[in-house]
Amino acid sequence: MATLDSKIPAGPLAEKWSKHKAEIKVVSPANKRKLDIIVIGTGLGGASAAASLGELGYNVKVFCISDSPRRAHSIAAQGGINAAKNYQNDNDSVFRLFYDTIKGGDYRAREANVYRLAEVSNSIIDQCVAQGVPFAREYGGLLDNRSFGGAQVSRTFYARGQTGQQLLLGAYAALNRQIAKGSVKSFPRHEMLELVIVDGKARGIITRNLVTGQIERFGAHAVVLASGGYGNTFFLSTNAMNSNGSAAWQCYKKGAFFANPCFTQIHPTCIPVHGDQQSKLTLMSESLRNDGRIWVPKKKEDVEALRAKKKKPSDIAEEDRDYYLERRYPAFGNLVPRDVASRAAKERCDAGFGVNETGLAVFLDFKTAIERLGEDVIRQRYGNLFQMYEKITDVNPYHEPMMIYPAVHYTMGGIWVDYNLMTTIPGLYAIGEANFSDHGANRLGASALMQGLADGYFVLPYTIGDYLSHEIQSPKVDTTTKEFDEAEKSAKARIEKLFSIQGKQTVDEIHKKLGHIMWENVGMARTKESLEKAITEIQKLRKEFWADVKVPGTANEFNQELEKALRLADFLELGELMALDGLNRNESCGGHFRVEYQTPEGEALRDDEHYAYAAVWEYTGKDSAPVLHKEELKFEAVHLAQRNYKD
Amino acid sequence: MNLKLKIWRQKDAKSKGGFETYHVENISPDTSFLEMLDILNNNLIHEGKEPVVFDHDCREGICGMCSLHINGHAHGPDEDITTCQLHMRKFHDGDTITIEPWRSAAFPVIKDLAVDRSAFDKILQAGGFISVNTGGVPDANAIPIPKKDADESMDAAACIGCGACVATCKNGSAMLFVAARVSSLAKLPQGRVEGARRAKAMVAKMDELGFGNCTNTGACEAECPKGISISHIARLNREFLSAKLKD
Repeated sequence: MATLDSKIPAGPLAEKWSKHKAEIKVVSPANKRKLDIIVIGTGLGGASAAASLGELGYNVKVFCISDSPRRAHSIAAQGGINAAKNYQNDNDSVFRLFYDTIKGGDYRAREANVYRLAEVSNSIIDQCVAQGVPFAREYGGLLDNRSFGGAQVSRTFYARGQTGQQLLLGAYAALNRQIAKGSVKSFPRHEMLELVIVDGKARGIITRNLVTGQIERFGAHAVVLASGGYGNTFFLSTNAMNSNGSAAWQCYKKGAFFANPCFTQIHPTCIPVHGDQQSKLTLMSESLRNDGRIWVPKKKEDVEALRAKKKKPSDIAEEDRDYYLERRYPAFGNLVPRDVASRAAKERCDAGFGVNETGLAVFLDFKTAIERLGEDVIRQRYGNLFQMYEKITDVNPYHEPMMIYPAVHYTMGGIWVDYNLMTTIPGLYAIGEANFSDHGANRLGASALMQGLADGYFVLPYTIGDYLSHEIQSPKVDTTTKEFDEAEKSAKARIEKLFSIQGKQTVDEIHKKLGHIMWENVGMARTKESLEKAITEIQKLRKEFWADVKVPGTANEFNQELEKALRLADFLELGELMALDGLNRNESCGGHFRVEYQTPEGEALRDDEHYAYAAVWEYTGKDSAPVLHKEELKFEAVHLAQRNYKD
Repeated sequence: MNLKLKIWRQKDAKSKGGFETYHVENISPDTSFLEMLDILNNNLIHEGKEPVVFDHDCREGICGMCSLHINGHAHGPDEDITTCQLHMRKFHDGDTITIEPWRSAAFPVIKDLAVDRSAFDKILQAGGFISVNTGGVPDANAIPIPKKDADESMDAAACIGCGACVATCKNGSAMLFVAARVSSLAKLPQGRVEGARRAKAMVAKMDELGFGNCTNTGACEAECPKGISISHIARLNREFLSAKLKD
């Protein structure tokens, strides 16, 4: 059985990364040319890693499920990217960014990794500007910043409401340059179905060509997983429709441990659900909380009048509005972290103050900001978000407040990695949202982009060299061995099994049922009973899926239903592990809120004595329970305290 | 709402395609266009028929994956949006809606409504980047950039690479797509260094891949979901001509 060695370098926190870089081995240019690396996914993590590794001289193969690397879901990130530049002279620093991130994550992340993230954050901004990312600027020509939740400084760099798009286009351009040079080969519309392990090391993958259905084999000296998160377990989320957890899950089933699966981020500002035909939820950027104020009416009769459309929000007098975040958290106000804002919205709606027909919405109001700054300034800052809102809801947010409600957005949990970003399978790395390492139990806004690019540009290219320096004698991986045969056979068997069922329910119908179980029982508020119920119901639904799903068409063609079915099969296992992990963690922290564990004021109540660890799960087979390993989290630079956003 | 749909069906790139007619019922006006197609597909699967293949992903108008020609318009009748942001309230009960894939020689149909847009990747690989490696770059504030230039660069960089411009152009030209990238980088000092080489390489690749020429009809700008202005084409032409004059 593998044991957990986080490989955190010794020495003072601020010196660990420099010291580690000086100590790890490098590979000579002549040897890099002989080494092959596979990168799965082309979001910020995957694209930046593949480009950087190509620049270094490795032979890289990069795979994505979309028709172009540029479509990866990082493209949809709106608000911004954090860095400790202190351009605003507001006393920001690497330590402050580190501290905010550890605190925002409710003290459930690894100190050394988070410090390194803050440390390399400044280089990311430099890199992106050099690539031609058109960040917002002041009239003097220097970069502009704004504020995000969980911070009292302005350290967020942005490109209108399309920061993720611009950063991804930067990384994609760097990737294109390497593709043109021939150092990277791109495989769009290819989905990884299996990881291949030879002599205990990750040596390749099995993929399905999504256009022809052809099953293909690829060998390499190392495999990098950059396949994103698993928020779509919930069916409805802000993730793209094709985002899935399958690549990570297949690695888990081959021996990569999975950490903190229950840590799910529910984002407070999303457009509310409108009906049962809905396919996905749309995020309204956290940056809106810079100028928008969140409220519900104080009086129940106003709530009734709003629901019956007898009153408009603008009819409700100032003194009859409850700006509940400003009331409960005076120091941070509307800019409290996401988990806190989401729970506060749920609390008001559960108390009967939800403002739409379903009772599941609160207002995000720009009236004060428009009066203070004028409509033009607001349009300049958030124009595309306001337009997006109006196109979806048919309501003009310049005149009436937006209605918002929390929705599943991001998964902090993921494949366990050590300080070098290597998983428990030698030669298999996980970066970006696919790993678990930097955000603890709650990710701060504008930190996902930071982590994806930190891992891909500035961490993995160094740490992977240390492993590959031991591989310079390894010949090209032979893909005709029995290990590749077996992996291919297993992938083909799953596909054949799915076609053989020909039941009565479509993939989406079953996925919606899973989403319902997850949202009701493993969502914003969890209890021992709800989590136990989820486990039973998911097991039942999984049986139903394998007995009654209907997958049309054949394997050897462009078959989107087959793609979805393969992914749902994995979500149906992943969802159970999420519930099991939530059941194990008898405390509340960050996005994991167990109703049994809360302070008298309704805040998350951690149990540092018993749960200051990352819960790391090992797969032990189809019919046996996963084994829990614990990575103890040691805090040397920060003092563990209950998060306080009040004063 | 009850609707009649005329949808292009085509088994694969080699087969001949044609329109098939379908009906959907009880569609809520708040449903998005792609959700309406999800409903149709769900019905088709239950009826034992093959669902309609169409590209889509983020469903919030930014990934550029969705690509439908609806009633003769790229991304449908509403302005400044992608297909995934189009909602059924823009249609009327009883309407007949015609749905086709992008039509362009450079974007061959793969199946039904999905096309191959890899030509766009190839154009960008020819020169749509700034040649810097990771690391060793100056501080982000080392070179001040006038706000106006940064804003104009961002205007062009808003392109999502969906291909509506090509599908709309009677010549099947990719000029707006190429211009958006060239113009975005040309407005920044970092991008000026390779400006001449970039414009020539990208235009040459565009011609090689079978895209048509620009005859300034402006149709691309009118159908662009991100409202990318054809003034960027003028800038591309200037960049291209001045590069050629220096040869």
